[in-house]
Amino acid sequence: MRGFTYTRASDADTAIRAVVHNAEAKFIGGGTNLVDLMRENVERPSEVVDVNGLPFAQIEELPNGSLRLGAMARNSHTANHPLVRVRYPVLAQALLSAASPQLRNMATNAGNLLQRTRCYYFYDTTAPCNKRQPGTGCSALAGYNRLHAILGTSPQCIATHPSDMTVALAALDAIVQVQGPNGQRSLPIADFHRLPGDTPERDTNLGHDELITAIDLPALPFARHSLYLKVRDRPSFAFALVSVAGVLKLSDNRIQEVRLALGGVAHKPWRAHKAEEILTGAPATPELFRRAAEAELQTAVGFEHNAFKIELAKRIMVRALTTLTERRLA
Amino acid sequence: MSSYSIEQILRGDVPRVGQPQPLAADPHLMPVSLRVNNHVYMLQLEPRVSLLDTLREFLGLTGTKKGCNQGACGACTVLVNGERIKSCLTLAVMHEGHDITTIEGLGQPNQLHPLQAAFIEHDGFQCGYCTPGQICSAVAMLREVEQGDASFVSEDLTATEVNLTDEEMRERMSGNICRCGAYVGIMNAIREVYEQQQKGPRI
Repeated sequence: MRGFTYTRASDADTAIRAVVHNAEAKFIGGGTNLVDLMRENVERPSEVVDVNGLPFAQIEELPNGSLRLGAMARNSHTANHPLVRVRYPVLAQALLSAASPQLRNMATNAGNLLQRTRCYYFYDTTAPCNKRQPGTGCSALAGYNRLHAILGTSPQCIATHPSDMTVALAALDAIVQVQGPNGQRSLPIADFHRLPGDTPERDTNLGHDELITAIDLPALPFARHSLYLKVRDRPSFAFALVSVAGVLKLSDNRIQEVRLALGGVAHKPWRAHKAEEILTGAPATPELFRRAAEAELQTAVGFEHNAFKIELAKRIMVRALTTLTERRLA
Repeated sequence: MSSYSIEQILRGDVPRVGQPQPLAADPHLMPVSLRVNNHVYMLQLEPRVSLLDTLREFLGLTGTKKGCNQGACGACTVLVNGERIKSCLTLAVMHEGHDITTIEGLGQPNQLHPLQAAFIEHDGFQCGYCTPGQICSAVAMLREVEQGDASFVSEDLTATEVNLTDEEMRERMSGNICRCGAYVGIMNAIREVYEQQQKGPRI
């Protein structure tokens, strides 16, 4: 690991000032991903700014009914907050499906959004990787690509975003609150992460000198009827092959509103707008669910080892919709 | 370096390699004060030193084990302010002011923690390498159950009480891997202590 200077920030302005003039500076929260990447020499900051002392660990209800998740609140605390468990079960489940209890106690909400792909070639500093070293090529395209993306890929990169939390946030239309040297701004979760395109080295639209302060969950009463399904190689402590966050509002077996987002399939959490369009207003039937899933995956492209994800994604969408419908009718 | 008895190590009466005087001139070092097992250590550390390496190499607390060193195996599990974390993926400098508990702080050879005794009773290990991490993890896991924390396999997220089925226990202990495969013994040991706690006052 490269040596670095370490400072602690006690407020956001100090933290931002510390990184603004140093392109090699990094914030550290839980460290679960950054320390690992530093040890592998994938990340080589010259300066690490500890933001654990910042006053953003609260989870609180806002006057407009939103729930504000502090950037520094731990994933375990967020998942177990009573309002998250009751109002947004899809988020509680997504958080609890991720990593292990020890890692969830360390990982912060902001850090979860900023974690990097687990593509093996991104971690392997001897392999070409456009995300780690732009212009060197993508080793996964012709390599072992079982975990890789099937939607929104580019010839430059087929990595997936590994987070479960962000898949639930995508379904809930969360808002990411950000502070930078010039003030604050709000980024809808849909605009937070990027597709790889020609700049796979950029995971997000967050500036180097910007700091996440909170993630807001808009009031969404029907999110009480939501779930997170995750298919993986072992039943615990594994990244998703494919996952789905689903939120459903039914009235007399007719779909009034629906939110679906897929994980493990793209460079960002994949909101299933095409499927939602087909589902909204229609009677909830297995045939409709399948048709919506087919439409969403129409543009999917599989690679040598991950083509199974296309059918898997369809089936898990159908399973989520079926389960949510059955629960409502029970 | 002189050798130290297990009793000295358990008491925290161990070599403090990072004592300031001879090392303070090195600009890469920074002063760090750590409270481990109710003992305060004043150290000079490079910021890149993990909490795990600090415990083992600077404090001589070698009960905490280094397995994968990438957060996957759980052998390095310790308690920070009562919560279980993986000490390999965090920097020691990030833990000033925290209460750190390692396996050495849970029990003594002549006064074992109930989980240590139960692991022996139920053959909760073969080689023993994962055991300190398993036990630290289980201590925190039982607290989480007591406070009603949910898991991914919890049927009802609105329930405030946990029904600690075998499925629940396996899910809640999935951050600790045992290469010898002593899982049946580990489960039995934890369950025995859990049932004792249900009957009597908390340990």
